[in-house]
Amino acid sequence: MARMPRRPARPARAGGATVAWTYLRLAVLVEIQYRVNLVVQLLQSAVEVGTALAVLTLVFSHTTDLGGWSHDELLVVLGLHVLLGGLIATFVQPNMSRLMADVREGTLDFALLKPVDTQLLVSCREVNVWQLADVVIGVAIAGTGVARVGAVDAAGALGFAVAVVCGTVLVYCTWLVVTTGAFWLVRMDFVAELFDGLYQAGRWPVTIYPGWLRLSLTVLVPLAFAVTVPAQALTGRLTGVTLAAAVAFTGVVVVVTRWWWGRGIRRYDGASA
Amino acid sequence: MSAAGLELPPASPGRRRRLRVSPGLYYTVAKASVVTQFQYRAANYFYMVGMVAEPIVYLVVWTTVAEAQGGSVGGITPGEFAAYYIVWTLVRNMNIVLTPYAWEERIRQGRMSGELLRPVHPIHYDIAFFAGWKIPVILMWLPVGGLLALLFRPSTDIRPLELAVFFVAIWGAYLIRTMFMWVLGLLTFWTTRVSAIFEAWFTAELLLSGRLVPMSLMPDWVRTLAAFTPFPSSFGFPIESLVGDLSTGELLRGLAVQAGWIAVGAGVVALTWRFAVRRYSAVGN
Repeated sequence: MARMPRRPARPARAGGATVAWTYLRLAVLVEIQYRVNLVVQLLQSAVEVGTALAVLTLVFSHTTDLGGWSHDELLVVLGLHVLLGGLIATFVQPNMSRLMADVREGTLDFALLKPVDTQLLVSCREVNVWQLADVVIGVAIAGTGVARVGAVDAAGALGFAVAVVCGTVLVYCTWLVVTTGAFWLVRMDFVAELFDGLYQAGRWPVTIYPGWLRLSLTVLVPLAFAVTVPAQALTGRLTGVTLAAAVAFTGVVVVVTRWWWGRGIRRYDGASA
Repeated sequence: MSAAGLELPPASPGRRRRLRVSPGLYYTVAKASVVTQFQYRAANYFYMVGMVAEPIVYLVVWTTVAEAQGGSVGGITPGEFAAYYIVWTLVRNMNIVLTPYAWEERIRQGRMSGELLRPVHPIHYDIAFFAGWKIPVILMWLPVGGLLALLFRPSTDIRPLELAVFFVAIWGAYLIRTMFMWVLGLLTFWTTRVSAIFEAWFTAELLLSGRLVPMSLMPDWVRTLAAFTPFPSSFGFPIESLVGDLSTGELLRGLAVQAGWIAVGAGVVALTWRFAVRRYSAVGN
């Protein structure tokens, strides 16, 4: 046992959680310099949510029931949709945009060189913190709906917790899978537009859509698991089978995403190539 | 250096005159646009597919409501909803014009300076460019519309006159929207915080134009309010002219209203432009 190391000691490898936390904190600090953006964001959210509520009112002025869901139950769906949309816009979308830009411009080198897991790193470099306004608004709407429906018990709450974690992970995976396509196709901006368009379909429970569309919204864009299943948990209509399916599907998607990301990153040539 | 572009000394004094807006100008710009956009087939298609998601959601929701109400809501059957929202997709494409957000970039990057040096009003280039773009868009829409018709089984009967009015009305809608989007864009000359105004406008448009839902399903006060805006003329009317049950009189009156809104829009553009351009000052070269 040598007393003195022959080489300078390698810097301790920071744990993934520490790195992620540091990056997230930095990103938030950068963003909160631009405080006027909060006002702009609040205005925008108010307009969007106001429109959505107006549409809901309009629909229920012509009917009392939409595919087996009442007005208050659809408030829960809408609230969760806004909430999840806020989470995506805060944490997922800005990171994926930056990843696409990095692949296009070759600056992903800087992320690859760092001694942490690259997938972790590229997923926590940006936080669009003002979009959290949507998360707050979403919670308020969903909370109102839940209180009015009054059908949630302990099992439902637990089911909701599991379902909402699965849903969030699934949406993140979908984004990452699509963004990883940039390693082959370079220009993927339009896919973000496509996702935004399809995400709007999640404002309504996927059970109202015709079969082929419901299947796409379950498997291709996991809106069923992301919004409808958590909403089912909060309105007392979630079955154990559905929940188990959500957990299993999430597990499969996580593994596939990890594998696909690995393939993508091996395709990457770097800036100087 | 306000309005420097407008007051450049003419090449030979006394002979300065504005170039006439000729059909040739429109033809050339539109042709260039057609050729350019055919190169971006994939991007154009993905854009269109993303856009189709919106009417499909509306269609499914209202079909569900209609079925729950015993086959129709407000007298509209699922088949008629399908017809409405399929034609919607074409009209939506005709509604795409220069977004007001583009003005921000035009001004920031100083591209306005170049446009001001051109001898005709810059709106002519925009009208011609986007009109040319419509030709590949309409061609690419045809299979999309066909597929939607297979999936959702629209029911409607179309008279020859309705078809003729529809063809005029979609271009009327295009011109109305061009004018009003231009006016919105010109606001950028006064303030850079325009996105809130734009969003408010787009929301009003969504609710009052027939884009969200056929106007007959809206409460009466909303319809009355909408009648005082250009929105129904640029969205709901073209759709209804084809798939609705409008009488000949109503069809022709709709076209007249469209013409009126085009004239109003052009007037507001002309007026706003005169003041806006004075506020423009290019930075740099």
